[in-house]
Amino acid sequence: MSETATATYEKPLPVIDPGTKPFWDAARDQRLVIPKCRSCGKYHFYPRELCPHCHSADLEWTEVSGKGEIYSYTIARKPAGPVFAPDVPYVIAMITLDEGPRMLTNIVTDDVETIRIGDRVKVSYDQVTPEVTLAKFTADKT
Amino acid sequence: MAREAVIVGVGDVPLKDGRVVGGGSVLQVQARAAKAALDDAGIAMRDVDGLLVAGMWGNPGPGLLASVTLGEYLGIFPRFADTTNIGGSAFEAHVAHAAMAIEAGYCDVALIVYGSTQKSERSRTLGGRPSVLTMQFENVWGIPQPVGGYALAAMRHMHEHGTTQEQLAEIAVATRKWASLNPEATMRDPITIDDVMASTRISDPLKLLDCCLVTDGAGAVVMTTAENAKAHGSRAINVRGYGEAHTHWSIGAMPDLARLTAAEMSSKAAFEMAGVSHDSIDVVECYDSFTITVLMTLEALGFCKRGEGGQFVSNQRTAPGGDFPLNTNGGGLSYCHPGMYGIFLLVEAVRQLRGDAGDRQVAGAKTALVHGTGGTLSSGGTVILSNH
Repeated sequence: MSETATATYEKPLPVIDPGTKPFWDAARDQRLVIPKCRSCGKYHFYPRELCPHCHSADLEWTEVSGKGEIYSYTIARKPAGPVFAPDVPYVIAMITLDEGPRMLTNIVTDDVETIRIGDRVKVSYDQVTPEVTLAKFTADKT
Repeated sequence: MAREAVIVGVGDVPLKDGRVVGGGSVLQVQARAAKAALDDAGIAMRDVDGLLVAGMWGNPGPGLLASVTLGEYLGIFPRFADTTNIGGSAFEAHVAHAAMAIEAGYCDVALIVYGSTQKSERSRTLGGRPSVLTMQFENVWGIPQPVGGYALAAMRHMHEHGTTQEQLAEIAVATRKWASLNPEATMRDPITIDDVMASTRISDPLKLLDCCLVTDGAGAVVMTTAENAKAHGSRAINVRGYGEAHTHWSIGAMPDLARLTAAEMSSKAAFEMAGVSHDSIDVVECYDSFTITVLMTLEALGFCKRGEGGQFVSNQRTAPGGDFPLNTNGGGLSYCHPGMYGIFLLVEAVRQLRGDAGDRQVAGAKTALVHGTGGTLSSGGTVILSNH
């Protein structure tokens, strides 16, 4: 499902910072790693310095299952700028990971019209540059 | 006697086909709106000692210090400044902050100003938000913003509550009817629910006619003490209550996509301060960046129960002649939307409460509720105004 990684990837790339580097490093290794709070036990995403649930600083990077379900989605009929134009129509979804947090992502599919809220999905890595791998999701039929 | 803050002047600039008549830079159009509002109040620019500004102009550049730049341009030396920017609801928050500053004796005359020349300059660049900090987890997916975030909310609201696209279209149709009564409105030709349903799909389930316009615009509001208003012979409008809140900017961090938490918080505070009931509100001006914004706002403000917004707006209830006058100038959907629309909600509410609204006047309007929404359903600012 992965697009071929080339030096000519022109879509927006994350400006990785010290607070987010462990997430992107793990994604490059095809692992989904997000912060979990040792104090309240909850996961969160995107990664923060303090737990957004209980505000504890006692966090640890934790690998999660990469499985979840679609909480909401939209089908872009108009692109977010010219670089996305060849992809129209494409799906942007908010998924709820089985561990709790929500993530914005793309759903990789051959037929955008079949996507529904509540669909089970699993992570599908897309290495777009040597440095950046995006954690997209696809239907989980298992 | 305690100082009481009131609104004494409102102003805007004329538009033609969504562009400022006669053209002008973003500083020029703000100066014109400020002068119009001060003339309306009967107060001189030199008496302004509080300046409240929010915008997306001159950035990077002099817009980074917006009140400092605009104060310089207007030739005033404010002793109170507020550049709170929580998105399009910033101006509702500015009314609250100005009221607090005036009542605390921190300033005597507060000027709230907004302007944008985005249509004339073709400078709308929200899609170009750099992928730094929080946006590194949003931009990479190609979400067309802000419409994509609102589309995610609409899809979830439809899923949870059975809200239909036709119900969303009711809002666009009713708002266009109000616009047809406003000679300043950019889009005045009537539309039907079928027209909305058949309009270009943008980001499912939102279509072109579910979306606000992209226009120029400038507006201003002047506030002072009730005592000063009387001395100047101003037509004062009372600020009865206010509240503000924000919950997220990244759409992925919105606490509940089907629920406008910020508006629930800000309106609860405003109603408690005002000590009025929902039944006493004669006219509502609420931010309509998209049709879904209106539907979720009406639920959050408590005019209907959660999930019942679709039913509430059905059968053109919010149109002229309906029993719930809403967005009486034609709103961001049909009047104008220069990027941060919240100032125009205040301008229209004051005109309604003064009986100055011409063909679109809501007969006998005494109490108005103004609610701004900013960001991606991120922030809320509620103001309750009355003419008694």
